[in-house]
Amino acid sequence: MIPYLPVLTILPLVGAGVVLALPSSRRQLAKVVALGFSLIELVLAIVMCAKFAAGGARFQFLESYSWIPQFGVRFGFGTDGIALVLIAMVAVLTPVVVLASWYDAEPVKRPVKTFFALLLSLETCTMGVFSATDLFLFYVFFEAMLVPMYFLIGSYGGPRRQYAAVKFFLYSLAGGLLMLAAVIALYVIAKNQGVNSFAFGDLVGLKISAGTEKWLFLGFFVAFAIKAPLVPFHTWLPDAGAEAPIGTAVLLVGVLDKVGTFGFLRWCLPLFPHASTYFAPLVLVLAVVGVLYGALLAMGQHDLKRFVAYTSVAHFGFIALGIFAFTSQGGSGAVLYMFNHGLSTGALFLIVGFLISRRGSRLTTDFGGMARATPLLSGAFLIAGLSALALPGTNSFVSEFLVLVGTFSVNKPIAIIATTGMILAALYVLIIYQRTMHGPTNPTLPPMKDMSAREAWVIAPVLALVVALGVYPKPLLDVITPAVNATMHDVGKTDPMPSVPAAGSRTQGGNK
Amino acid sequence: MSPVPALALSSLGAGDFQAPHVAYVNLSPILILFGAACVGVLVEAFVPRAHRHLVQTAVALAGLLASLVAVIMVAGAEETTAAGAVAIDGPALFIEGLLSVLGIVSVLMLADRSVDTGGGFVAQAAVTAGSPADRRLRTAAYSQTESFPLTTFALSGMMLFSAANNLLLMFVALEVLSLPLYLLCGLARRRRLLSQEAAVKYFLLGAFASAFFLYGVALLYGYAGKVQLREIFRAAQTSSHDDLLLFLGLALLIIGLLFKAGIAPFHSWTPDVYQGAPTPVSALMAGCTKVAAFGAILRVLYVAFANTRWDWRPLVWGVAIVSMIVGAILAVTQTDVKRLLAYSSIANAGFIMVGVVALTKTGISSTLFYLVAYGFTTIGAFAVVTLVRAPDGEATHLSQWAGLGQRSPVVAGVFTFFMLALAGIPLTSGFTSKFAVFSAAVDGGATPLVVIGVIASAVLAFPYLRVVVLMYLSEPAETGPSVVLPGGFTSAAVTLGVLATLILGVAPQPMLDLATNAARFVG
Repeated sequence: MIPYLPVLTILPLVGAGVVLALPSSRRQLAKVVALGFSLIELVLAIVMCAKFAAGGARFQFLESYSWIPQFGVRFGFGTDGIALVLIAMVAVLTPVVVLASWYDAEPVKRPVKTFFALLLSLETCTMGVFSATDLFLFYVFFEAMLVPMYFLIGSYGGPRRQYAAVKFFLYSLAGGLLMLAAVIALYVIAKNQGVNSFAFGDLVGLKISAGTEKWLFLGFFVAFAIKAPLVPFHTWLPDAGAEAPIGTAVLLVGVLDKVGTFGFLRWCLPLFPHASTYFAPLVLVLAVVGVLYGALLAMGQHDLKRFVAYTSVAHFGFIALGIFAFTSQGGSGAVLYMFNHGLSTGALFLIVGFLISRRGSRLTTDFGGMARATPLLSGAFLIAGLSALALPGTNSFVSEFLVLVGTFSVNKPIAIIATTGMILAALYVLIIYQRTMHGPTNPTLPPMKDMSAREAWVIAPVLALVVALGVYPKPLLDVITPAVNATMHDVGKTDPMPSVPAAGSRTQGGNK
Repeated sequence: MSPVPALALSSLGAGDFQAPHVAYVNLSPILILFGAACVGVLVEAFVPRAHRHLVQTAVALAGLLASLVAVIMVAGAEETTAAGAVAIDGPALFIEGLLSVLGIVSVLMLADRSVDTGGGFVAQAAVTAGSPADRRLRTAAYSQTESFPLTTFALSGMMLFSAANNLLLMFVALEVLSLPLYLLCGLARRRRLLSQEAAVKYFLLGAFASAFFLYGVALLYGYAGKVQLREIFRAAQTSSHDDLLLFLGLALLIIGLLFKAGIAPFHSWTPDVYQGAPTPVSALMAGCTKVAAFGAILRVLYVAFANTRWDWRPLVWGVAIVSMIVGAILAVTQTDVKRLLAYSSIANAGFIMVGVVALTKTGISSTLFYLVAYGFTTIGAFAVVTLVRAPDGEATHLSQWAGLGQRSPVVAGVFTFFMLALAGIPLTSGFTSKFAVFSAAVDGGATPLVVIGVIASAVLAFPYLRVVVLMYLSEPAETGPSVVLPGGFTSAAVTLGVLATLILGVAPQPMLDLATNAARFVG
């Protein structure tokens, strides 16, 4: 049997090496090779997903090789349903992004091959981060991932790229280093209990004193909350999202940020169940603030890329809400949301990128009445927008609904406030759509072509998935739900039973 | 003083210190290097100038290589020799081996003449700086080849420094390593006034530090009646003298050591001296001197003061905290690459101190590992600095580095790699070594230090990143620097630095094993 996860992790790096080894003049070849590697990766990932036994063992495709015995570090790979979905998402988005970025590296006078090599090495890091079952290995990928992303934004981005890249790097690194302190403390605690290991299975269920557990939780939480990003740790995202080249922005918001929410589920909750429960109300509040704040700011944006970035802040609020509701519906909804958000935000970013490349401007005021000139683009924009506002029939509806139902069963006020976020979402999407696509044609618009064949190939698979998963999300949910249940079991949570409150005492769901 | 159970750091008892013989074989790494230095002096006297550079390079490299081989041959030896004055044990041999390898890298940089005509050293040091004769000599094809024996003397002093088991010998070794360095600092070919200023500064402050050290030795002798480290350990349990004498002595002693290691608040010489000294010498100081100084600090604290640790530990905590914070914050404001590396070295000294205060076996091994990792990275970084040049010498001002990534992607890539390593990004030695010292410190109960350490690392990432931004993300300046194609020597030095930084980051286990096996002091 092929060791799928290590191969999936290493293959893009090999691709990056091959692309870098090509002569600088062979730009076209570099792109084709990069696309080829990302497609092989996609095929491999599909084969692996097909072989994944939904409802089987929690972790499958386990591989473990010795790395640094002194610290008990191993190359430990394995995937549960949650990671599997995200691995699939990375595998789908990378070829899309490679194809979408076909001409992105040309205008900046930087080597084209470096751009594609960086994209592939980023895929290595994200594959690794989702498939690592060893905390040390996870951390290595978690930090290493900053380097290619930093250069992608900093070398190939928009006018304020330096500022955005440095801000992104420093925010993430600061969070990562706090997490490092927590990782080290956890490792020492484990070692003192006779466990010289970073393996997920060995770290779950350690005896940690309540006070220490809270500090460790916070160390992990801040790193993931910056990555995700949760309000108030989100300020780097609009800058980075706006300055990154479009393909990179898709990966940044669609994939990299998921590492934060994935980290909550994989590491924060199972390792620190009591602290997670203790801090959950705080996180729920932050999440709801994020939903509303992101939506309001999105509504006020005139910059298309910043607009998409702020919609993501709102969406990540929903995801965090689902995770920290500690119900299987909320958790499953959150994981499904991670996948769906990758698709719908990816689609939005891609289409916005197509628009910007035609108009040469990111400002909504420079658009207007585009629907007449570019009907196909406009239609695609509408579908992506509807997916972002979670219209029934699109993928996001299922996940958002699940998150809200899951939250409602444990915390009604929070769920009710969060629901208003859906209304705000409808507002911000439709306002932007109206400003850019409808109304009188902006007289300054240059003549422009509708969607090219390459662009159609980029966007069609994503939109097809948006609709397909909106109608039939079951295959994904079948994989996700057992993994989420196992995670909730680690936290010691079971779904609240619908019950009639006993006379004289109010029971609250979610407690043990 | 209540009797505290002794740390199980020594395997040999008191009987050995009377042994009259000298274990020449086990001392051979140090003796060979002293021999090479003496041969270097003779070469200076008898070999014609035209051949001196070549012969001196060969002598220095051969001496260092032989010394390395000797270390490997005697590895595993554990004894005190020369009447207990020198300890031959894991840490001493580990540091001797490390110093010979780092010494080879430094000598390679020292020997390179491809970058500047005649190399980085002045042709005639005695000529007044700025005089017409000096200007004529600037392009002379020869240089003061005394730099080679001076370097070998300094390196052998460093080896002896970290192996010295008695305070008087430690003082002698301190002087043997310091005096050549003072001289070397003043020998830069370009910007001679800056170089001479650095030498004077280093000499004056260094002389003060030596005086502190010596005064500390005197007080400790007054307290214990002996200068052997193990005797001080014993006296701390049994002596009827006032403990004030002991702690005052320790404080003065440790000031001298902290000065050599460049730890805040005794760091103020570091930026000026690193900036003014010829870059190969800055590399030598940042890499090798630091290694030797920490070798001595470890030995003094772990052997002589192991049973009084509860009294001095808060002080060392404080020093580590100050050093990390001062180094990190001041690094942010630097505009000169060499000063930036200097402040980075101050912060890194703080990180190493975090490993030292763990006071466990892993504390020793992680400190040793950190020294290896940091030594190679910092020497490599300095080697890259020698390559980036303006018409008047090295282009050390950061603004001159703008757009380097487009002019010479390889040099910029290598320097970026070193910066990422110093910032502690995984898959570089900077990450594994930080992990090692921090986990040792948490294990030793110094968690707050680790938290401050990671915060300092986060702050430090900014200046490192700024260099990367300048190199890659800025447009090249009009009067940008030229990057000279490095000759074989500098290329070899840079390559060794890159390889060590990468291997210790990706596959650190063999070196960790080595450090763990070495982590045992004899007393």
